[in-house]
Order: sequence, then C-alpha cells, then structure tokens
Amino acid sequence: MTASIDAAEVRRRTGELLAAHPPATTDRTDFLKARFDAGLAWVHYPAGLGGLDAPRSLQPVIDAELAAAGAPDNDPRRIGIGLGMAAPTVLGFGTDEQKQRFLRPLWVGEEVWCQLFSEPGAGSDLAALGTRAVRDGEDWVVDGQKVWTSSAHVARWAILIARTDPDLPKHRGISYFICDMTDPGVEVRPLRQITGEAEFNEVFLTGVRIPDSRRLGPVGEGWKVARTTLMNERVSIGGARIPREGGMIGPVSRTWRERPELRTHDLHQRLLTLWVEAEVARLTGERLRQQLVAGHPGPEGSGMKLAFARLNQEISGLEVELLGDGGLLYGDWTMRRPELVDFTGRDAGYRYLRSKGNSIEGGTSEVLLNIVAERVLGLPVEPRNDKDVAWKDLSR
Amino acid sequence: MTALHQPAATPDLLYSETEEDLRSAVRSLLADRADAPTVLARAESDTPYDPRLWQALAAGIGAAGLLVPEKLGGQGASHREAAVVLEEIGRSVAPTPYLTSAVVATATLLALGTEDGPAAELLTGLASGRRVAALAVPFATPPAGATGATVAAADGVLDGTVTAVADAATADVLLVPTPQGLYAVEAAADTVTVDPLVPLDLTRPLATVILSGATGTPLATGEAAADAVRRGLLAGAGLLASEQLGLAEWCLTETVRYTRERHQFNRPVGSFQSLKHRMAQLWLEVVSARAAARNAADALATGSPDVPLAVAVAQAYCSKVAVRAAEECVQLHGGIGMTWEHPAHLYLKRAKADSIAYGTAGSHRAAVAELAELPAP
Repeated sequence: MTASIDAAEVRRRTGELLAAHPPATTDRTDFLKARFDAGLAWVHYPAGLGGLDAPRSLQPVIDAELAAAGAPDNDPRRIGIGLGMAAPTVLGFGTDEQKQRFLRPLWVGEEVWCQLFSEPGAGSDLAALGTRAVRDGEDWVVDGQKVWTSSAHVARWAILIARTDPDLPKHRGISYFICDMTDPGVEVRPLRQITGEAEFNEVFLTGVRIPDSRRLGPVGEGWKVARTTLMNERVSIGGARIPREGGMIGPVSRTWRERPELRTHDLHQRLLTLWVEAEVARLTGERLRQQLVAGHPGPEGSGMKLAFARLNQEISGLEVELLGDGGLLYGDWTMRRPELVDFTGRDAGYRYLRSKGNSIEGGTSEVLLNIVAERVLGLPVEPRNDKDVAWKDLSR
Repeated sequence: MTALHQPAATPDLLYSETEEDLRSAVRSLLADRADAPTVLARAESDTPYDPRLWQALAAGIGAAGLLVPEKLGGQGASHREAAVVLEEIGRSVAPTPYLTSAVVATATLLALGTEDGPAAELLTGLASGRRVAALAVPFATPPAGATGATVAAADGVLDGTVTAVADAATADVLLVPTPQGLYAVEAAADTVTVDPLVPLDLTRPLATVILSGATGTPLATGEAAADAVRRGLLAGAGLLASEQLGLAEWCLTETVRYTRERHQFNRPVGSFQSLKHRMAQLWLEVVSARAAARNAADALATGSPDVPLAVAVAQAYCSKVAVRAAEECVQLHGGIGMTWEHPAHLYLKRAKADSIAYGTAGSHRAAVAELAELPAP
C-alpha cells in the first residue's frame, strides 16, 4: 500500500486524466487505455498494471468522478469473466510477462475471456475433471470436453484447468493454463438451453497445443490457482448500488399496479412477502458494499448469491402465475446466441426459466450452503473418501 | 413505485465505533448480571426486574437517556445507539423495561416536542432511569392502531381498562391514550389497578391496567396526541427488530456451538449436511435481518421520510427470522432444547411474543402494501 494515496490524491489524478483526455472528444478505447495507464482502472492493482497499489475502497471515488464527467466505462457486463476471474488469477499467479501481456487488453475490453472449468462429469465436484494435458517439448497437448462455457463464442482467451497427472489424488494432479480460443483444435458448439437460447457452449479440445509459457502457477498446483479464481467469482458481487425495486421484483410490482384485474388475495400475500424479502436483500447488498468501502469486507458475499437465486426463482414464478392467460404464453423460442447474460430482460416466462440457473451456475446453492456452514460458521466437514485416492482409481 | 418512494438518502448500515463501545459495555454488564440462570430465576420470582441491573444499565451506562436531548438530562444520542442496546438485550433475553420505557414511552413524549411542562419533566426522570414509564396500550398494537377507545377521560379523570400492557407492573408512570387526548397517570395511585397476567414470554411481564376515576395530567390532545402515540409505537416496532436480531444471533451461535460438540453416529451432529444447510440458511437470514434492523434504526435516527416503510419492512422480516432461529435452536438441541434448564425456551417465548408485539408481520405487510402502492384486490 502506498500511504500517500488517499481520496484527494485519486481525485486529483482522475481530474488530470479527464483534462488530458476529454471524454467528449476522445475515442472510447483510447480513453480506457489512458485510464488504465494512469492507474485508475482497478486502483488496488500494482502500478503499471492498471492500479496504484492503493486501497480498494478508493475505487468507488474514481468511478463516481468519471461517471459524473460522462466518461465511458469498460462495459464490465461484457467482460465479467475476465474482470472477475481471469484478472485476479493472472495477477496472483502470472509471470511478469503474462501480467504485461494480458491485463491491459482484458480491462480495456479489447479481449474477452471465458472459463474452461466445468465438464460433463465434473460440475460441483470440479476437481474430478478429466480433460488431459500431456507435456510435449515446450508445449502441452490438451484433449477433453468442457461445458457451460458462457461467452466462449466471443472469447479470445480462456482460463483452463486440465489434469496433468492422473496417478495423483484428484486435487493434486491438476494444472492451470491460459488457452487461446483461436487455436486449431478448439471447437465451440452452442448448447441450447431451457430458455431456447444458447447462452452457454460446449467446448471440445482436440490436440490443442498450449505453450508452457502460458501455464499459470506450478505444474500440479492448478487446484490452488483455481480456488483463487473461484473465490473471486463469488466476491465480485457488491459493487453496484441497486435502487428499490431494482431487481426482478420491479416488473412484477409494475404489473400489479397497472393491471388490477389480475389481483387475487393469495397472490397479494405472496407478492408482499417477496417484496419485503427483495427490499431486505437489497439492503443486505448495500450493507456489504458499505463494509467493502470501509475496508472490512464481511462474509455476507458468500450468502448473497444464495439469496438472489431463491428470490429470483420465487418472484419470477409468481409473475408467470400473476399473468394468468398471459402466463401460458412465451415470447419467442428462437435459438439465438446472446453476447451478454441477461437475467431480467425479455418476458416473465423467460425470467422464470432463466432464473432456474441462478441456483446452479457459479456454484450450486447446495455447495454454497456447505461453504457458508464450514467457512463462516466453522461447522465440521463431512467425512469424505476421495482425498487420498489416485484420480484414475476413483469411481466415475 | 414512483420516485417518491425511493429512499431519500442512502442509509448508514454499519456500526460506528461509539456504537461498538456501547455494545461492549452493555454486553459485559448483561453477562455479569443477566446470565441465563439469573434470568430464569428472576422470571419466576415476584419481581420480574432486577432494580440493580436496571440502575446499572439506565444510569450507570446512561442507556435510558440515549434518545433524550442533553438539556433534558439525556445523552442526546439516537435510535441507532438504542438499537445496539436492544440487540444486546435480545441476545440475553434480559428482563428490563428498556424497550417499553426508554424507547416507546420516551419516543412518545419526545414527539410532543415540548421543552418544559409535564412531558419534559417526565423525560428528565426517564432519562436518568429513576422513573420508568409504560405506554398503556395492548402490546400487540401496531403503529397505526392505537385508538385509546377503552379509556374515557372527563375533566382529567380517567376510567377504563387496557389489556395486555407490557411492563405496566414496573412502571411508575402510565401514558394513557384516550379519545380525548394523552394523559400521564401515576401508577401507584389508589385509583389505578395493575393486574399481572401470566405471559407467554416469562421475561416481559404483561398486566391489565384498570383506571377507576384516576387523575391524569394532560399531555396533548387531538391530532398531536395521536401522532405522538403513533411515533412512539413506530420507534418501538422499528427498534424491536434489533432485539429480534440479537435474539436470533444468540440462537444461531449457540446452536452452532452445540452441534459442533454433540456427537451422534460417531460424528459431530453439526457435520451432517442437512443440519449444516439449515444453519447456513439461518445465518443468511440473520445477516439479512441485520441490514433490515439497521435500516430501520438509521431511518428513525435521521428522521427520514422512509421511516414508516423501513419499520414495516424490518418488522415483516425480522419477526419471522427471530422465531425461526429460536425454533431451530430448540429442534437442533434435541431433547435438551425441550428442558426448562436450558435457556432455549426463554428465547423461543420471547421471539414468539415479539412477533406479535407492535403488530404482526401480517399487519406490517399490510402497511407495506399501502406505502409501496401494492393494493389488495
């Protein structure tokens, strides 16, 4: 930490950036590059890598100044996996060369990232994965199949975990790589989902050659690296302030107000209960945000995803029912491949179906409850029998 | 939801250093003077409150006067600090008239806005903890619901009966709403009878108050009186959420501690996934209850226009969490949770009674329906 960097100092530097690159007359990408080079991209990152080694709590100060000046943002929704997962992992485990090569285009949004973790046989039990990486000279040759890969069809790079030693217990024989999605042998196939869309993909890896210089962390230490990635995935919530009725409760409340003919007493009681719970979840998120800004992040982050998954499912379920005859219809089953994940867009039927994924993606609610129980409450772990057995000897 | 219903300012949902210091002082006092066996013994005695505990809390720590301005002998603090005191009282189910006297009666008198006269004089007494007051309405009355219709006032003489008044038994002064206005009545007068009832919650006594030609000091009439009572009850309902939070937190912590130690089937019972998930879920609800309770306390402290909605949301949410936490505490303690010796029952009884106090979750949801413009069919 650089002691001299405080709110006044970042305001001064932000002012300098805005003066040198007026947002009104500067190209969007040029502005973002200049912002990165000024250390105002993610202020807690090291100098030269988009930051100033400053406290993370100063980032909202910068963001507010830039938003007030009408500066472009780096469209964090589009590059969420890169920002939330790839970047902290590259920062934590990458070589200097890797950090220099990858972080700037990632943050600016010139390069989109995806995540090649889950497999058909390894979801919640991620460490059971079977995609193989075999050393061949200066390269690794990768064969296997990944699944549930958002953004794979638009990604330039992927973070990839693969098995490099099947004779070791499952957590110990894994290594972590950066995979070039344009390389021969990488095939992305849309995976059509419950909503009719293909937001996710299957990725087939056939003889993909990854240079050893794109390994992250030591050989066989991939699980440790992956845990950093996954922890960051779950912490990434809490940045934005949500207005009252900002989530899924918004559309259903508006329908309730505008269409009195749909109202029943049963739906009224359920709506009010969910309205209260949505308001409390909003406040809980706000409290978490205030803790982060104060420099005391609480463990609440691990719980917020659980709360939103359940709420989204219950609220959208209620909304479909509220619509009556309208709830029997669905907007459009056309298969499409969106670039952005959109939970609340489209109609009630879409929201209902898409929200079913909220309790599965990024860690199932069951796994998250275990994590809360063990890491937050300190409850004992369940006995397990897979920790000391070679991966190749596990039953599958 | 129109722009009008968006909160005017972002609430401060954290605890200040001063609040944490106050918490430590209250917690250590209650640990000394209100541990579970002491609370149980006191609840079964004829004197539900320990006067020395009350003096230490009210005068020693200055908790009774937190809401009262300094010029009336109080601390000039706010609902935020009072909420922290109530979290600790909830955590220990300590029998004290804090909620009823230092919050509800005090907030009612403060809402009258007089700098001298009988209300100001009463406030000075309450702030020091030398006197204790109770608002003479049924404990279940929601903020919008006090009518005072069961007591008639004529020329300052009061007749009537009020049922299920919380903490009337220890009050020196009763604040009595009537259709004619709000009156202060000395509880010790011959014309006042306070008949103790057998309460579900052993740690918060209830009584029937009978006024037979009792002399009342007029405090306010008309809309001013009704508004003061409503604001007293709003403060009570809003800060009750903090008591519920503290209670729920104790239940969760104690259940986690117990299930880590208790072995069955050659394992700690806390290692079974079905139990872990129940406790993790409860933790999430407690964390959420904290945000809701802090929001209500902060809205009350800042006098935000969001107070009615913040209070209704906090009560609609926190009541349920406290009851569930206490019920889970009993269940996950197994047979031990059913015994008189283990304090779990004290928490369950307080939680269930609290879920009715100052309006049920259902009545607060009805308030939400009105405030958020989500009308019934």
